[in-house]
Amino acid sequence: MTPIIEVEHLGKRFSDFTAVDDLSFTVNQGDVYGFLGQNGAGKSTTIRMLLTLIAPTAGRIKIFGKDIMAARNEILNQTGAVIERPDLYKYLTAKENLAVFARLSGIRPTETMLMKKLDQVGLADRALSKVKTFSQGMKQRLGIAVALVHDPSLIILDEPTNGLDPQGIADMRNLIISLSRDQGKTVLVSSHLLSEMEQMATRMIIIDKGRKIVEGDMKELLDPSHVLLEIKTVDQETSLNWIRNSSWGQQPVKVHNGAIQIRMERKDISSFSRELMNAGADIIAINPRNSLEEYFLTITGRDQYAGADQDRAF
Amino acid sequence: MPELIRIELFKIFRKPRTFIAFLAITAIVGLIQMGFYVDGESYINFGMQTLADTFDVNGKVLNGYLLAYIILQTLLVHVPLLIALVSGDMISGEANMGTLRLLITKPVSRAKLISAKFLASSIYTLLLLIWMAVWALFISMLVFGTDDMIIMKSEVVTQIIEKDVMWRYVAAFGFAALAMVTVSSLAFFLSIFAENSIGPIIACMSIVIVFTILNTLNLPIFNTVKPYLFTSHMLGWKGFFDVKVNADNEQIVGSVENLPAVLKSAAILFIHIIGFWAASVIVFRRKDILS
Repeated sequence: MTPIIEVEHLGKRFSDFTAVDDLSFTVNQGDVYGFLGQNGAGKSTTIRMLLTLIAPTAGRIKIFGKDIMAARNEILNQTGAVIERPDLYKYLTAKENLAVFARLSGIRPTETMLMKKLDQVGLADRALSKVKTFSQGMKQRLGIAVALVHDPSLIILDEPTNGLDPQGIADMRNLIISLSRDQGKTVLVSSHLLSEMEQMATRMIIIDKGRKIVEGDMKELLDPSHVLLEIKTVDQETSLNWIRNSSWGQQPVKVHNGAIQIRMERKDISSFSRELMNAGADIIAINPRNSLEEYFLTITGRDQYAGADQDRAF
Repeated sequence: MPELIRIELFKIFRKPRTFIAFLAITAIVGLIQMGFYVDGESYINFGMQTLADTFDVNGKVLNGYLLAYIILQTLLVHVPLLIALVSGDMISGEANMGTLRLLITKPVSRAKLISAKFLASSIYTLLLLIWMAVWALFISMLVFGTDDMIIMKSEVVTQIIEKDVMWRYVAAFGFAALAMVTVSSLAFFLSIFAENSIGPIIACMSIVIVFTILNTLNLPIFNTVKPYLFTSHMLGWKGFFDVKVNADNEQIVGSVENLPAVLKSAAILFIHIIGFWAASVIVFRRKDILS
């Protein structure tokens, strides 16, 4: 695995507010790397630091094995990005916008090349329309075309599905998967659409309050052999105390929507249930769940943890 | 760099607001020319009546050269606003649209990007001055003809012979360009700090107005700073129309009465331009793009 992005102990402070704190992660070649976190978790700040829009106050970023500050232009020449909203020049046409950003990336665009890129995002028939006439979804697609116009090997997308209709979201998902699988490109993508992320990401990181909570392969994190077990008992407090004081308490435990949640291997469900019943718990329901959404809600619900160490990975 | 400047100029001239200044200059100059065409003789006669008692004035006093001088004197005070409309929008407009962050993600150094934008806004200013020269000077010459140029000041009447006028206009427009690029540079510098163009445009005009007021106040506390204010030097172009005379009180062709003062003013304006450019590069290189 060749590391494409290496982030080491990254930090960013804005006067008295810490947006990113001691964040480290690695994105490998060919990854579709999901970047997850709640609003204000520090995702956009991190992405802005990766793209040199803002300077870190601590730590180091290496992309393609080179320090971002030392080899900025060389790195950005191989990087395409859409950051939050895909804002473009409203008074220019789609083709003109694409041509401007192609030239800024050091290539002389040809008519064929521009039309091919616009066709790739379904905007060929609107090539000569001014961007001010575009819907949000069309702007988003043009933003993607701008990010891809110089054929970068690393693509950074911040909320690329914003403003897209269901068909547009599906197209975007297929495009991202195709960029990675068919063209070998590395994609770092942040999104709040967890179900979409689940379908396209190969690896992911979850951050909260600027710090990493967990990072790993999607398959491992959402391993079908592991589940998020949701337990409802008559005396929840007693059950919670028993879990905490037992060997099961090694896992993070939280109370969510009136149920105790604990992550464990699927094969352990029956022994856990038996031990819980033997401890005197009056079980109403036990429900095993396994989705990125469940995982995300569990791991980012810091205030609802019942004494567990949140920074410990599952 | 030339490619970056081309891109910036392309963007400037695709924006409708860019042409407001060209239209405004065309309209104002056209109105002045029309006014003088209809009623110019009586205006000139009124101005010349004290001279007519002492001198025998022959020839075409109301000619294209004199009218261009009047237009320049009237317009150059207001052109900074038109210039600030575009220069004050160069960075703040991109921040407001959200395109600034996309620009920064491209493989172009911030220093190069800001310098290209700076040069593009300076080129726009120069083109505006050329446009003004075409309308104020060449159209006036075409409509009103040419002759010796008589300029009346409060205590002095200067007569510049016809063949000695054109180079003075070339120099005057060159100087005016320097003065206007200084204003453009200030508006550009201010645009780095804002996320909409209204702020830098108003701030730039406020600075020009405050400095101009300081120039007119003859108080010792202000007199010490006046030589360093760029507004003190913006009207230096007029110096090219002050001529030296010989012992017989005849004009010395090709002379400028106080060339060192004109050149000093030009140098001070140039230093301001370099200063604003350098400050823009330094501030922009360190700026976090949060828009």
